[in-house]
Amino acid sequence: MSDRHSPDVLVRYTPAERLRHWLVAILFVCAAASGLALFHPALFWLGGVLGGGAWSVVLHPFAGLAMSLAFYAFVRPLWHHNRLEPRDRAWLRAMRDVVDKREDRLPEVGRYNAGQKILTYVLAAALLALFATGIVIWRVYFSNYFAIGVIRFSALLHAFAAFVLVVGIIVHVAAAVWVKGSVAAMTGGTVTIGWAFKHHRAWFREMIRPSGGR
Amino acid sequence: MPLQSLDIRRRSATTTPSPAARAAATPEVAKLIDTSKCIGCKACQTACMEWNDLRDEIGTTTGVYDNPRDLTPQSWTVMRFSEYENPKGDLEWLIRKDGCMHCEDPGCLKACPAPGAIVQYANGIVDFHEENCIGCGYCVTGCPFDVPRISKRDHKAYKCTLCSDRVAVGLEPACVKACPTGAISYGTKEQMTHDAAERVVDLKSRGFEQAGLYDPAGVGGTHVMYVLHHADQPGLYSGLAAKPTVSPMVRLWKGATKPLALGTMVLVALAGFLNYVRVGPNETRDEDEDQAEREKEQTHV
Repeated sequence: MSDRHSPDVLVRYTPAERLRHWLVAILFVCAAASGLALFHPALFWLGGVLGGGAWSVVLHPFAGLAMSLAFYAFVRPLWHHNRLEPRDRAWLRAMRDVVDKREDRLPEVGRYNAGQKILTYVLAAALLALFATGIVIWRVYFSNYFAIGVIRFSALLHAFAAFVLVVGIIVHVAAAVWVKGSVAAMTGGTVTIGWAFKHHRAWFREMIRPSGGR
Repeated sequence: MPLQSLDIRRRSATTTPSPAARAAATPEVAKLIDTSKCIGCKACQTACMEWNDLRDEIGTTTGVYDNPRDLTPQSWTVMRFSEYENPKGDLEWLIRKDGCMHCEDPGCLKACPAPGAIVQYANGIVDFHEENCIGCGYCVTGCPFDVPRISKRDHKAYKCTLCSDRVAVGLEPACVKACPTGAISYGTKEQMTHDAAERVVDLKSRGFEQAGLYDPAGVGGTHVMYVLHHADQPGLYSGLAAKPTVSPMVRLWKGATKPLALGTMVLVALAGFLNYVRVGPNETRDEDEDQAEREKEQTHV
């Protein structure tokens, strides 16, 4: 049919998915900057992102809450793509080849590789913990309802979960910048078939089947 | 109070040294509250209101003498009354003037994320500088004595200043000035400890075998100390903590966690960047496109 004339690209993210992703990303920058400002004095200047220390305290919980909800909305429809499969174990074992850019030695990857799948779970778990503990330490509205021991534990767990989230996002951003074409997938929505063939071959084959796509 | 009147030893959320060019000639100070001399008149509460220009809302009586019922952003000291029936069957009225204990190792200062919002002066007084306060309430989380209160009006934290403004100009705190029985005294920590020891000997000779000084070591000692008739049971005095310490969770949160987490974040970011420049960008080459094209055509044949 008209295959030869169709552009050699595949749709990876719909406009709605991209908007949700970047909403999460913007809210993450707000929440992370204001949160890190309160976490370590060396980062207090990051409070300037939301207008200073006092504004960070006021806005951080709202930014964090909105981020959690936006993340849920973004990830829920994609969640089933992240089910771990036997071949993911082999991919993880070959981590050395992953960082060495030896993708020819890696097992075939579906829509998401094992690293992306695990990252999704890690981010979801961290956000769940941040949400729950964040309510407890939200001084103006909620802290008065909780015992001091619960507040102290929540403050510690909130910092730990935020640390996990930030490290996860650093890895996510580093990988996205490193694998050329990924940022374009989340901004323009499409990837070239070569990109899909190279990085997500099983997904590529699924997509080019005559009945392929989602 | 700013630096010109009192030297600062420690500031919250500050990694560089506090101003220390002047030699601190002032010794450490302390307020000594002798519960065995207290008659519960609340002159100290009134003096605190007067000097600090505080006016709490008029509350309602709840059948006990405590009034107001708790510390508030407008009530920095509160007398707590408890009725204790001793083993002999006699009633003892134990009255404790509650407020900031001015810990040598202050949990509030440790927890505070706002640079310079909480300071400890060279004389040991722990003071809140509300102009730097960001209203997060971490001081409440850090305090082992449940003292700081966040104002609903301005979302800043307030507590007893030990009248740092009076102390800076050589006056005693307002509550000390007002106390009609001499139950509250003020001086160097050394002098107050010495006076307390004499009073404890006196109390023991009057049958209070367990009398003693409350200067809890778990927070490095305090700059507000109590003489208690029952120093073996501080909890009798409206739940005064027997062995207060800065919670291990707060110490972990504000201790090892901070450099470890920050260091790890920096290392992970650095590792990502260095690996990028080591192996170069992960690009899709023309042969990938060609192979993909071939496979796509075969599928569609």
